Amino acid sequence: MSDIQVHRTDHGIGVVTPVGRLTMVAAKPLTEAVVALVDQGTSKVVVDLGETTFIDSSGLGALIAGLKRCRQAGGDLRIARPTEQVTTVLRLTNLDKVLTPRATVDEAF
Amino acid sequence: MTRLGLVRIVVVLSGLLAINYITWRWLASVNWSYWWIAVPLVVAETYSVIDSLLFGLTSWRARRRGEPPLPDPEATVDVFIATYNEPLELVQATALAALKIRHPHRTWILDDGGRPELAEWAERHGIGCIHRSTDWVDRPRHAKAGNINNALMATDGEFILILDADQVPRPDILDRTLGYFSDESMALVQTPQYFVNVPGHDPLGSQAPLFYGPIQMGKDGWNAAFFCGSNAVIRREALMQLGVSRYALELQESVAQALRTARRVVRRARRALDDPALGELLTSIEYDSARALRELERGVGVADVTYQFARRLRDAERRVARSDADVMAADLAAVAELAAATGDPAVGVPVLDPAVLAEAVDRDWSAVGALAAVRELIDAVDVTRGDEAQPIMPLATISVTEDMATAMRLHTMGWRTAYHHEVLAHGLAPEDMSSMLTQRLRWAQGTVQVMFRENPLTQKGLTLAQRLMYFGTMWSYLSGFAAVVYITAPILYLSFGVLPVQAYSLDFFARLIPFLVINQLLFLVVGRGIPTWRGQQYSLALFPVWIRSFTTAFNNVFRDRPLDFAVTPKVIGADAGPRWDLVRPQLIAMGALVAASVAGFVRLALGQAPAFGVVFNVVWVVLDLALLSVIVRAALYRGSAPQPERLPV
Repeated sequence: MSDIQVHRTDHGIGVVTPVGRLTMVAAKPLTEAVVALVDQGTSKVVVDLGETTFIDSSGLGALIAGLKRCRQAGGDLRIARPTEQVTTVLRLTNLDKVLTPRATVDEAF
Repeated sequence: MTRLGLVRIVVVLSGLLAINYITWRWLASVNWSYWWIAVPLVVAETYSVIDSLLFGLTSWRARRRGEPPLPDPEATVDVFIATYNEPLELVQATALAALKIRHPHRTWILDDGGRPELAEWAERHGIGCIHRSTDWVDRPRHAKAGNINNALMATDGEFILILDADQVPRPDILDRTLGYFSDESMALVQTPQYFVNVPGHDPLGSQAPLFYGPIQMGKDGWNAAFFCGSNAVIRREALMQLGVSRYALELQESVAQALRTARRVVRRARRALDDPALGELLTSIEYDSARALRELERGVGVADVTYQFARRLRDAERRVARSDADVMAADLAAVAELAAATGDPAVGVPVLDPAVLAEAVDRDWSAVGALAAVRELIDAVDVTRGDEAQPIMPLATISVTEDMATAMRLHTMGWRTAYHHEVLAHGLAPEDMSSMLTQRLRWAQGTVQVMFRENPLTQKGLTLAQRLMYFGTMWSYLSGFAAVVYITAPILYLSFGVLPVQAYSLDFFARLIPFLVINQLLFLVVGRGIPTWRGQQYSLALFPVWIRSFTTAFNNVFRDRPLDFAVTPKVIGADAGPRWDLVRPQLIAMGALVAASVAGFVRLALGQAPAFGVVFNVVWVVLDLALLSVIVRAALYRGSAPQPERLPV
């Protein structure tokens, strides 16, 4: 089960950190966290995957849903610090050709 | 000797005799002086031989799975009951039966009709009711595939049992199927569709004992068991992985295509332009498009490329906004028109139509119009996929029969499927000929659509056998054209003496008869005595349906015409009498066959035709009539009394 932490940087960037397993059970809470940020006016969001031990395709789906929400609000969603398992899954689904992972949260925007 | 051993011997024999016959037909028997019927006949026969070879291949590795493995008691399951306009009692009976499924699960009614009374009823019974989210407003709905894709986003079980509204599940349906998923690469388990409202003689050919039996078991042997839309359990991860991969793949293609078109539109506008300031601006956008394309080729993420490109475009537009407002208004109207034309509400393939794009380039755009057109093009295929309700569509939307296309895509990704041969749900078949014809047309159209859009023979990731298993089913739907030839040839001979072969000689029969006999023997051995006659009848008798499915699907895929898609009605319509109008081509064919036989005997009596030729062709006519006659029974069929267990709860 995953725990989703949210905070905002001094530069007005939203940072969402799913801790643990980002699977079908955590996918909806993740999307909701991004939507909540956008609704509060923060449309530039970084999903920090550094604490994510495991991601499945539903988790990837949540990232795409979040990306859509941010873009619609004129912002963007970027991903940072993927673990080895996350990188593998990104490559397997070719999603790495869409979302380029950033090395750190700070350089995402 | 094992049963499969016997099947293989018959398959080999039938293959050899088939090839022997058709080779001789092509090389030594075609009557070229009547080439206009001789060639179609030998082509039709070649079609049938290939059909028979594909059936042999299907039978080669038939896999009869015995007792299923035990399920993981922890597995989480969502049961989806998809409905659109079926009567409430029908949906409710299925939902109540679904509640009683023993393995822990959640039951959901996916009501595409959005009926509040059904939602109310569901809530009272502790059943979830899912309606389309607001994202679907004014976007392609994709029928049942869209309904299920929408529900996938609202639920989170590891496995999904999909049921049509009229398929009443047995309480052990999950206990008998979930165990197969202990194989981590198993994506889907399909069980038979069996109909309880069908009398023993099955006048409408509703039961498909050959398909939900030898054919599915045969495909299973090659890891190509089909998904049939209902009574199947699917692994969510497999579907979602499919959805995410397709999103990534299609996005790369559509963004690159839009950028190329944008570059052309801008270049064209710049040439026609006399304003140097705007010209400079357009040059910079053309440069940006080229740059974005180069970045894509270099492997920069599509999200980053489109983000940067859109930002540069917005800057450019801001600078241009000062220019002539009237020109802009006119162009924007044209752009809106273009945008409307690029969406395909019937199918909604999220790729811009090249013909429409070319039209955009051909128009005489001003600078502002070009800019706005570029933005529209980019918007239409941005990472948000604004033309679709949700960016991820796990169930394929390229066809009105989403099931076949989805299974094929799963197979290309290396997933496995299984066919479990045990009736675990009791369904309702159409009860009148009109509904039956609609249903068969829809299946055929869907299959042909997939053949045109994603031909299995060219799909990467499939084994040769998997390609042939998918292609075999598509091939069987082309039989309508062969049927026309098989009906026409004896009519021509009996009426006018037109002989499509050089002679009805011993050579001819010595090759034809063994092939026909072994072919029927193959059905017998493979089918283990299940009734296959009804299926053979409908294969010929529905020839107008098959032909129409081919032409409508062709026009839909290549010429963007609608399919005239209709949902199969599941209850008897209040029609007055037999709908002879729906089977006019078959009735005309039968009349012509009878008339030709009379003509044949008259010509025989007058000494204008040889006895043997007439008798052989009359036998042929009798066979045609015996096959076609099923359509008369179908037209006269008035439905069966409802079974007691199907009465509303």
